[in-house]
Amino acid sequence: VKPANRKIACAVMATSVLLPFTVLIVWSFSTRWFYPQLWPAQWGVRAWQYIFGTAGTQIMAGLIQSLVVALSTAVVSLAIGVPAGRALGLYEFRGKDFISVMLMLPVIVPPLCVAMGLHLWFIKLGLAETFIGVVLVHLTFCLPYSIFVMWGVFSNYNPDYESQARSLGANPWKIIMRVMLPLTLPGIMVAGLFSFLLSWSQYLSTLIIGGGRITTLPILLFALMGSGDRPVAAAVSIVFVAPAFLALLFSARYLGGRSIAGVR
Amino acid sequence: MNNERTASDSLKTDARRPLQDTNARTRPAPGFTTIAKMISPALVVVVLLFGGGLGLGLIQSLGHLPAAGLKSLSFKHFFNVVGDPDFVRSLMLTLYVALSSTAVAAAVSMVMAIFLLSLSEKSRLIHFIFQIPLTVPHLVIAVAMVFMLAPTGLLSRVIVKLGLIDSSAAFPLLINDRWGIGIILTYVWKEIPFITLMILSVLRRSGVELLEVGRTLKADRWQRFRYITLPVISPSLGAACLIVFAYTFGAFEVPFLLGQTYPMMLPVWAYKNYSDVDLLARPEGIATGLIIAGIIVVAIVFSQLLTQAARRRGVVL
Repeated sequence: VKPANRKIACAVMATSVLLPFTVLIVWSFSTRWFYPQLWPAQWGVRAWQYIFGTAGTQIMAGLIQSLVVALSTAVVSLAIGVPAGRALGLYEFRGKDFISVMLMLPVIVPPLCVAMGLHLWFIKLGLAETFIGVVLVHLTFCLPYSIFVMWGVFSNYNPDYESQARSLGANPWKIIMRVMLPLTLPGIMVAGLFSFLLSWSQYLSTLIIGGGRITTLPILLFALMGSGDRPVAAAVSIVFVAPAFLALLFSARYLGGRSIAGVR
Repeated sequence: MNNERTASDSLKTDARRPLQDTNARTRPAPGFTTIAKMISPALVVVVLLFGGGLGLGLIQSLGHLPAAGLKSLSFKHFFNVVGDPDFVRSLMLTLYVALSSTAVAAAVSMVMAIFLLSLSEKSRLIHFIFQIPLTVPHLVIAVAMVFMLAPTGLLSRVIVKLGLIDSSAAFPLLINDRWGIGIILTYVWKEIPFITLMILSVLRRSGVELLEVGRTLKADRWQRFRYITLPVISPSLGAACLIVFAYTFGAFEVPFLLGQTYPMMLPVWAYKNYSDVDLLARPEGIATGLIIAGIIVVAIVFSQLLTQAARRRGVVL
């Protein structure tokens, strides 16, 4: 590729990636923008005042609800996914192919089907419209991703360090904290990020199991899109996308960037 | 040409062998109980919540809904869904949207991967920008698409300024439209980096030696792509495409926001029936959901069989 063409290609790519965000930012700061003007006639922070002032309590509650749900899902998904990934990455055992296919199956089946099936059962168990119920349904889809990432991490992991620590008198807890965790930390971060982001962007499963009681940000965003207030919907979208951006910056800074490939 | 094929074939099997398991094979396994302890929590979650969800869904869609006085089991609801003329329309629309999003994203991704490979690894900014769509929720991009493509959106304003049309009424429908343009664009924007990075990691690992051999043997650009690059990337390209197809076929948010009211895409239709005030429509919603899952699984198995059969017949894939 010629250098000039290469520059043009890079510019086209960067524009198509960044344009949607630019549009959202401009719209969130517009107060009067009539058709067919290309640029807002009047700028202002009305939308931002609305989401942090007038509707502040509701939006903040949604933000916190989303954060708590996604963090809890990520923590539980790691607690279950790390041991499973270790078993798959380090050892060969009977039925491994079958078990691994089963553990990966939720990746291809849409959350919609499972959430609809679980709903009635969760009502009977008293889990519908509860925080735990929503975390459990998110977990179904996040867990395979953590297992998959940790599987890869542990297949490049050398457990001989653990036996050395053991021969030096370390107890199992110390081995986990001082040997295994430091060695696998970047992978654990990626697995946690996958789960966090996946749970963060769930809409329908939260709506079905949460039944409108657990109002995460995507649920508020859908309600706002229905109301037709574009600047406010744009501002909430920007708040909604912020953790994703932070996660990407974090991965580029601390995890060497490319490790986030494969997140969906 | 023959040498080239065997060389690329060996590389291909290399790429397809689960790199994951080289560590596991060289290591003595601990006892059954140790492994069971490590893996059973995950199995419990998947069997109970995922399997349970599908199983209970199946029971409900077979008509067992004691709360509404339905106690016998039958395939009535499945027949009702499949027999509905709207079902076929929804199915066709869903297949069209999922297949074209996957195909367009895959085609652009191949070009992007080869292009990114030609950039030095030092151009970190461009790699960073390229990764942004990976972490962005589908919903945010769908909202941005409304702002850009709606009749009063940015694109329409630009076209009016250019004097090509004089009002928003003359602007073609790109959102909530017949052809699902907004939905497809959202998916394409979101999935290109996913597919590209899957291909790129294989290309980086494979090196340039094979391409140089191809050049020495006077293979032209197209031949080098068709008989060297494509066989190298096809396993991971295929896997990425299957994941994208499965997602776009069964996702709800984007078609709900950007789709037309009739015919709906299957996931939207399933949820509409499920959330109907008439409790009797609920089993049909769940049945539709299970049909969606079934079609995805059948499509994946079928495409695997098809590629295997093609490879056995000597087609270079």
